[in-house]
Amino acid sequence: MKLDVVQKREQKTGWVLLLPALIVLLVVYAYPILRAFWLSVFTQNLGTELEQVFSGLSNYGRMFSDGRFWQSLWNTTVFTTSSVLLELILGIGVALVLNQAFKGRGIVRTITLIPWALPTAVMGVAWAWIFNDQYGVVNDILRRLGLIETGISWLGNPTLAMIAVILADVWKTTPFIALLLLAGLQSIPGDLYEAHSLDGATPWQSFWKITIPLLMPQIIVSLLFRFAQAFAIFDLIQVMTGGGPGGATETVSIYIYSTVMRYLDFGYGSALIVVTFLILVIAVAIASFLLTRARANAAGVR
Amino acid sequence: MAIAQSRSQSKSGVNWRAIWLPIAVALVVIFFLAPVLWQVLTSVKVNEDISAVPTVYFPTRYTLAHYASLFTRRPFGLYILNSAFVSITSTLLCLTLGAPAAYVLARLRLVGKEVILAIVLIVTLFPTVLLFLGLLEIVQATNLANNFLALIVPYTAINLPLTILVMRSFFQQLPKDLEDSARVDGYNTVQMLWQILLPMTLPALVTTGILTFIAAWNEFIFALTFISQENMKTIPVATAQLSGASVFEIPYGPIAAATILGTLPLILLVLFFQRKIVQGLTAGAVKG
Repeated sequence: MKLDVVQKREQKTGWVLLLPALIVLLVVYAYPILRAFWLSVFTQNLGTELEQVFSGLSNYGRMFSDGRFWQSLWNTTVFTTSSVLLELILGIGVALVLNQAFKGRGIVRTITLIPWALPTAVMGVAWAWIFNDQYGVVNDILRRLGLIETGISWLGNPTLAMIAVILADVWKTTPFIALLLLAGLQSIPGDLYEAHSLDGATPWQSFWKITIPLLMPQIIVSLLFRFAQAFAIFDLIQVMTGGGPGGATETVSIYIYSTVMRYLDFGYGSALIVVTFLILVIAVAIASFLLTRARANAAGVR
Repeated sequence: MAIAQSRSQSKSGVNWRAIWLPIAVALVVIFFLAPVLWQVLTSVKVNEDISAVPTVYFPTRYTLAHYASLFTRRPFGLYILNSAFVSITSTLLCLTLGAPAAYVLARLRLVGKEVILAIVLIVTLFPTVLLFLGLLEIVQATNLANNFLALIVPYTAINLPLTILVMRSFFQQLPKDLEDSARVDGYNTVQMLWQILLPMTLPALVTTGILTFIAAWNEFIFALTFISQENMKTIPVATAQLSGASVFEIPYGPIAAATILGTLPLILLVLFFQRKIVQGLTAGAVKG
């Protein structure tokens, strides 16, 4: 009887302490997402004088024949796969280097953190300057190496602009992956390598047989985080190219933003938000399934 | 790593590690530092050197005029104050709301705890571009456009999941007998949390506070959408819009100076709290 009272009080206190945080999360996350689902079955744009007119699934139907939407989805896919893959490979490399013992490791680790900490929008401005067609340092280096004669218009060419934003993103976010993987590397016991090497394995073989399987949970977690971030990339591209030239770097989030803020098409923008949301949810579901399997595998290797 | 050393030395007698490691370290440092150093250099070059072809790498003349122009021709001091105010307020609010919630999720027996935890985890992955439209409606309906509350509340929310996850893992590491003896001494949950546990988790609060501050300082899409008044802009938006003044005369020097000044607080945080930041980052992601 006494215990019951104590437990009831604990429940009450618990909810009182949780509630403020939950309310803020509901207002900022749940409401906008649910609202997007609701608005997506209405037409609300300049054509309806911003009045909400019920239009069923017509916004989704419009998406199928909207070339700009498919183009932006393709751009997003190209951007996400290339940048996340590059970041993963570089991240593993950086983590392996930082896992070695050498003088000044602390300083190097601090330097690694800097790109992660700086505002993406601000560094987007910096990268646009680096890729500047007239005075950019990239062009200057290429000229000095004799690879080009006149400056390349990096941000003015569809393919090169995509490469430039991918490079800037890789610079900005490789530290995040590297630090997560470094934490994973540090938890792998050294005697595993010793035993493997006594069996005659080369470092290359131990890398694939020990490091990668044991690191798999961290790899999947960082891939998941990075996928979600890269898929919705906004500030970097908005600042560097604004989606240009000619929509060549327009990602889904840039398209969503201009649909809403420039064309004031709230209904269609909502439908775009819903579809992006669903793609992310599916990706998260797949990743958490893989994560459970990888954790089981890693436990097996250990 | 002693193992790696003995392994690479044993084969041919050549110490490969002594060759590749310095090269690899140098590459890492150059890759991560060069873009920032390039901005520093541009920010102190005179205009003729900035627009010189071929590029001037070792200028003979230096100037601070670009920095000065940020304050004379733009309210850059205000931008910094705005960013600082919004970031600090939302960080404090985030810790005030997040720490108690994290404690509940770490220790109390609560019906539905698992569901809440799962929601908090999933929410971490939602990008802000999915939220700005719904929030814009709220901001308009409540007349909060060009009001810092329109940034403080969303910034608190987008940092709450990480705060809760990191603080929860710290609470879980605290010895349980501490709470038991506090209860014997007659503390209730709130008193115990406030008077005994929070002082003990001060290092964790600092760690999460730094992560929250950085994320709030860097936020772009909400600041771009909800604030249009020039003297209320935050650093990322103000810096991004410096270049939009004129197509023909882009102020490269002031832009570079702005990127340096606007990121200086963050660079200082990284320099002083490197260890804490790494701790918090890995705790937040690995627990999730």
